[in-house]
Amino acid sequence: MSARRRFISMVAGLFAAPLLPARPARGQQADPFAPLVREITGGAAVRPGRVTVDTPRLADNGHSVPLSVNVDSPMTAADHVRSITLLSSRNPRPLMATFHLSPASGRAQVATRVRLAGSQRVLALAQLSDGSWWSGGAEVEVTESACLDAT
Amino acid sequence: MLARVQLPRTAKPGEVIEVRITIQHSMETGFRFELDGRPIPKNVINSLVARYNGAEIFRAEMGSGIAANPYLQFYTVARQSGAIEISWVDDAGNRGAERAPISVTG
Repeated sequence: MSARRRFISMVAGLFAAPLLPARPARGQQADPFAPLVREITGGAAVRPGRVTVDTPRLADNGHSVPLSVNVDSPMTAADHVRSITLLSSRNPRPLMATFHLSPASGRAQVATRVRLAGSQRVLALAQLSDGSWWSGGAEVEVTESACLDAT
Repeated sequence: MLARVQLPRTAKPGEVIEVRITIQHSMETGFRFELDGRPIPKNVINSLVARYNGAEIFRAEMGSGIAANPYLQFYTVARQSGAIEISWVDDAGNRGAERAPISVTG
């Protein structure tokens, strides 16, 4: 290799190097829920499924969005839902609520109305009586967020 | 604090009944400001407990992610006649409670 070629490749490398770490591989986008989910579950594995979140696909504003969580569970003393946690991916306080259920609930369903600071994914985590964690979510498109005054 | 608890008047033993509650409360997030610039302190109903004849059937811990005038709907199994009493407390320490009777027959 001539000295000129070596020089050119060195200069090219110099410019290329700083670009490399700044570009993460596609599909490696960080899960916005991951740190909070880890904190709630204490690092336990969370399996997708058994939890369904019902919300309107499109909400006119984020001040009060109806949301219903349903967990597939027989709700018997041996097999029931202990808790349901609602998480937001964009709210300034992502932990929206935790509901505690028991066999006395009869049905693992809770409905409420939430505040959403913009279009986002809402996640529900359910802990069953055997200690396992399950999750389900829904995408909500919010045309006017509850955040106009930094709510 | 004004509140309303709604449940069926009557139920059969073992029937799963729907319990609904709304509470008049602004659920202040702490992110808003008065017109003169003073911040409005956060004040939300942070915990709520439902008891059926004294036994806990449902509990909720809430944050600013729950809309103003919080609404909750949940279920319980009708066992004996009596009342469901729901009580709550907000960040300012204000407590409230509301009850509704139920008669279980059949």
